[in-house]
This record gives sequence, structure tokens and C-alpha cells, in this order.
Amino acid sequence: MSILVLADLHEGQLAGATAHVVAAAKAIGGDIDVLVAGEGVQAAADAAAKLDGVSKVRVADNAVYAHQLAEPMGALLVELAGDYSHVLASASTTGKNVLPRLAALKDVSQLSDVIGVESADTFLRPIYAGNAIATVKSDDALKVMTVRTTAFDAVESTGSASVEAVEVVVENGQSSFVKQELAQSDRPELGGAKVVVSGGRGMGNGENFKLLDGIADKLGAAIGASRAAVDAGFVPNDMQVGQTGKIVAPELYIAVGISGAIQHLAGMKDSKVIVAINKDEEAPIFQVADYGLVGDLFEILPELESKL
Amino acid sequence: MKVLVAVKRVIDYNVKIRVKADNSDVDLTNVKMAMNPFCEIAVEEAVRLKEKGVATEVVAVTVGPKAAQEQLRTALALGADRAIHIETDERVESLAVAKLLAKVVDEEQPGLVILGKQAIDTDNNQTGQMLAALTNLPQGTFASEVAVDGDKVNVTREIDGGLQTVALSLPAIVTTDLRLNEPRYAKLPDIMKAKKKPLDAKTPADYGVEVASKVSLLKVESPAERKGGVKVASVDELIDKLKNEAKVL
Ligand SMILES: Cc1cc2nc3c(=O)[nH]c(=O)nc-3n(C[C@H](O)[C@H](O)[C@H](O)COP(=O)(O)OP(=O)(O)OC[C@H]3O[C@@H](n4cnc5c(N)ncnc54)[C@H](O)[C@@H]3O)c2cc1C
Ligand SMILES: Nc1ncnc2c1ncn2[C@@H]1O[C@H](COP(=O)(O)O)[C@@H](O)[C@H]1O
Repeated sequence: MSILVLADLHEGQLAGATAHVVAAAKAIGGDIDVLVAGEGVQAAADAAAKLDGVSKVRVADNAVYAHQLAEPMGALLVELAGDYSHVLASASTTGKNVLPRLAALKDVSQLSDVIGVESADTFLRPIYAGNAIATVKSDDALKVMTVRTTAFDAVESTGSASVEAVEVVVENGQSSFVKQELAQSDRPELGGAKVVVSGGRGMGNGENFKLLDGIADKLGAAIGASRAAVDAGFVPNDMQVGQTGKIVAPELYIAVGISGAIQHLAGMKDSKVIVAINKDEEAPIFQVADYGLVGDLFEILPELESKL
Repeated sequence: MKVLVAVKRVIDYNVKIRVKADNSDVDLTNVKMAMNPFCEIAVEEAVRLKEKGVATEVVAVTVGPKAAQEQLRTALALGADRAIHIETDERVESLAVAKLLAKVVDEEQPGLVILGKQAIDTDNNQTGQMLAALTNLPQGTFASEVAVDGDKVNVTREIDGGLQTVALSLPAIVTTDLRLNEPRYAKLPDIMKAKKKPLDAKTPADYGVEVASKVSLLKVESPAERKGGVKVASVDELIDKLKNEAKVL
């Protein structure tokens, strides 16, 4: 078996997600190569070469792969996939954007959001917003799958794989990058944070989200939100936790003014400890919370911040 | 410009599903079904393009059982002009749906195809990307804004770090994210009118597409239940529990 892992990049650097995908690849077993594709990605390739379990890093460094647009990335993967039994990427917006193109062009299915490896062809994945877990077996010659990073512990960075350039350059006359607005934050990234504090519609407005800042500072936490809070414009879309937003599984998740709809729970119910703060004691979030505190968040948050 | 919209019949998003006792699948008997919410957003976007004079015709297509006609009628009531029903009772995976949609694209030659980003039953998030690959068209996935400009379309995408805008040549494939628009409700007179709009009935065989997948569903289980429900009386008690019981502080 030989596995190709598509590396995730964040502003040209290797993203933390990749170490989790390599862990999933190790669970499958076999030789593991990592593909780093982008423009000016040598540093990312060097970082990928340190990931434990990786035998070779293949670097496609070319302007056509800048911003990892789906069309050239899909075409590149099709060129390389012939050498592999499995191609994996994280279930990030990049992995989700690119991998299905490879699968379709190879005439194979894709398994999305894999959370468990039973064997080289049998995998676990959540369906219906995580309210059911499916065990699926793929008889396709090439297995193409995205991996939910929270389900696999990251590998360490003590390795030293070889790094080699990929000479394949594809054409792309169909799509072009226009612009990007990335959220700037000193906080840990949502997907990898040990503590997440999330606000919902109960926060009332965007200004009130500042009430979460002090708590997040003290706990070294990332800040998340419910869809209602994002839709209402309190906070940007990249903070949405849930079935159709980000999946998080921190040590501690604090849900503030969030009712606990199925779609929100789908994104956080694998957290180790869940705290809910809500003024409605009947709110469904309390059914999954290890510790529920009923009350007005505007009174509770300042007190919590001062006492932490 | 013709706009093709793909809609899927799925479990209503409010329903809490149950796994069958024999763990063979999820139990959908007598469960409320509806149009996938992301597909509602896709239909709404297409209809708005028509209202703006950008689109001339909106065609809705679904792959699914006889009952999926309900969702096509909903799309027609919301403003689609006609519908195509590719009828099958089999479990059709994203790849087969994409192959069928590719045939429809070939036949209909739309300027834009709009799909949901994700079906809330399988949570696959694949079909639009696969369709783009099979038709060799560019894709704008997870769209929160779609701006057609001559022979191009600018799509703003919701990505992990924020927002990204790409320019695509038309025809193109777009998949919708939640912030693209807020779908309207169908009005009663429109629901009546929708009954008279044309609906073409087809089968996968008409398109020469084999729907069987090489992925088999071995079993379906309920996830581990969380034991929640413990309430604390004060902030002090909460901090104490987090420190001394849960040991996460
Ligand atoms: C296709 C689809 C996908 C979706 N995807 C997601 C997703 O990924 N993530 C997601 O979160 N949602 C998602 N949703 C939306 C989801 O169904 C809910 O609508 C949403 O999660 C509700 O957000 P909320 O809990 O903040 O708001 P509400 O349900 O309005 O709850 C607000 C809560 O705040 C409490 N509150 C109000 N004021 C105070 C106060 N002063 N002090 C304390 N508590 C207070 C209230 O008691 C209430 O429980 C999706 C929906 C659909 C249809
Ligand atoms: N059976 C189907 N019929 C029509 N469209 C579908 C079907 N399955 C998926 N789609 C489209 O593809 C989108 C994404 O679905 P998926 O990739 O399966 O998560 C949906 O929102 C629909 O627009």
C-alpha cells in the first residue's frame, strides 16, 4: 500500500491539520508520501518532511498552484495518483474543494470526513450531522478520502523524509484568484485549540462578543460561534462551529447563549468537557453539557472572567 | 442564460434520526422529508438571477425515488420554470449523481449550474466538485456571493480562514453556503401554478449511467451518548468542578 497525503497550507505555511492526516494514513499502513503544492512552499515542504511516518515529500512549487485552486490541484493529483492506493486530505475547505475532483476523474467514490480506520478498505464516517456513524467498505481501486482531523492525534515532528520536486505543471485557463480576506487573530486556530469558547444568538450583538475575549485570554482559548451568531453578523463565518461549519473537539468547550441545535452539536459534541451557560434551563445544550449553569450570560461572564 | 439547479430530497433538518435496530441503516419510515436546505438556497439564487434578468430559464433536476417529485414541485413553486426527475429507488452516491447531472448539463447546456454544498443526510460535500470535474468546468464552492459579469462569474467562497473570491469563466459550477441568501417561502398560488409546470420523467438508463457504487454500507450505529444534564449553582461551583473534578483548568 502507498498513500499520498495532500498537505494543507495556511498562508504558505504547513497547516497543523496535515499532522493529523498523516496519523490517519499511519492507521491505514504502508508508505506515506506528502504532496505540498502551492507557490513558494519550500518551508512548508521542509516542515512536512519532519512529520513522523512520512517517507517522501513531493513539492509542486509553481504559480499555477498558488492558493490551491481546485482546477489545477485536481489535475495535478490526477497526474500523481497512479502511484498510490489511497489519497488523503483533511476535511478542510481545501480538501473538500479539491479531492472530489480527483475521485470523479478517476471514476471512484470519495469517503468524506473519515473518523476511523478499520482496515485498508473499511472506514468509519459520520452521517446525518453525526447522529449516526456509518461503517463503509470501498472496493474502488483507488481510495480517495477526506479525514476529520479531530479524530486522529497528530504525529510528532521528529522525522526526516526526503524532499523531491514534482515537475508536473498543469494549465488553468478557467479560474483565477481575485482576493482573500483572512481573519487575523492571535488566538489559537479553532480546529486545534485546547479550549474553545463559543457565543450564540444570546450574545445579542457583535460588540458583546468582547465579553468572551477576557475569558478566552485567560484560558488560551479560541473563540467560536453558532450559525445564528454568524448569520446575524455578530462575527465572521470562519467562526461557525457545527455540521456545516468547523468541527472542534477541545478539552473544554464553553457554549454561551447557544441553544444546542442538532447542527451545532454536530460540531462540538466530541469535546472532552462541555460547559453550557444559558438562561433557559430547558435549552437542549444542557443535555450534552457536563456542567450547566443557568443564568444571564451578561452577569455570569464578567464574574467568570474575574474569578478564573 | 439557462441556470440548472440540482435539488435533493432529504430528511427534514429538524428531525432527530434513529438508527434501525438491525444496524443496517437509518430508519426513514414515516419521517418528514424536505428539500435539502442548501438546495433551497441554490433554487433561491437561481430565481434571483432570473428576476435580475441575468438568467432566462431555471431548470430544476433531482435524482431519487418517485416521492422526490415533491421537491421538484417545491422548486417549481419557488420559481423554477421546468423540472427533470431522474427516477430511481436505489441508493445513489454522489459520483453517480454527478455522472447523471453531467449528462443533463450536456443536453441542456446551462450557463451556470447551482448545487448545495452538502446534503444533510450523507454529509458528503462532493457532488458539485465531481460534476465540475466530469464536465471540465470551473467550480466555485461554498459560495456566499455570486456575481455574474458578462462571460465570467465572481464567486466569494467561505473558506476556513475567512473569505476568498475567485473569477471563473462561464459556464461554471457553483455550490451554495448558508450565507448566500435567505430562501423565500412558496406562496399558495405559486404552489397551484407549479402543478402545471412541465416535469420530465427520466431514468438513469435513459442516460446510460450505472448508479451502483463500489462503496458498501456495512453497518450504521448510534454515536456514543453523552451523559449531560448536571447543573451547577454558581460560577464558583463551576470553576471548582472544572479544576478539581474535570481537571481541565
Ligand atoms: C442546513 C443547516 C445547517 C446548519 N449548520 C449549523 C452549524 O454548522 N452550526 C450552528 O451552530 N448552527 C447551524 N445551523 C442552525 C441551527 O439549526 C440553529 O438555528 C443554530 O445553531 C441556533 O443558534 P443559537 O443557539 O445561537 O441561537 P438560538 O437557538 O436562538 O439560541 C439562543 C440561546 O441563547 C439563550 N440566551 C438568550 N439570551 C441569553 C442571556 N442573556 N443569557 C444566557 N442565555 C441567553 C437562549 O435561551 C437560547 O437558548 C444549521 C441549520 C441548517 C438548516
Ligand atoms: N440525488 C440528488 N439529486 C439531485 N441533486 C443532488 C443529489 N444528491 C446531491 N445533489 C446535489 O449535490 C449537492 C451536494 O450533495 P452531496 O455532495 O451529496 O453532499 C446537493 O445539495 C444537491 O444540490
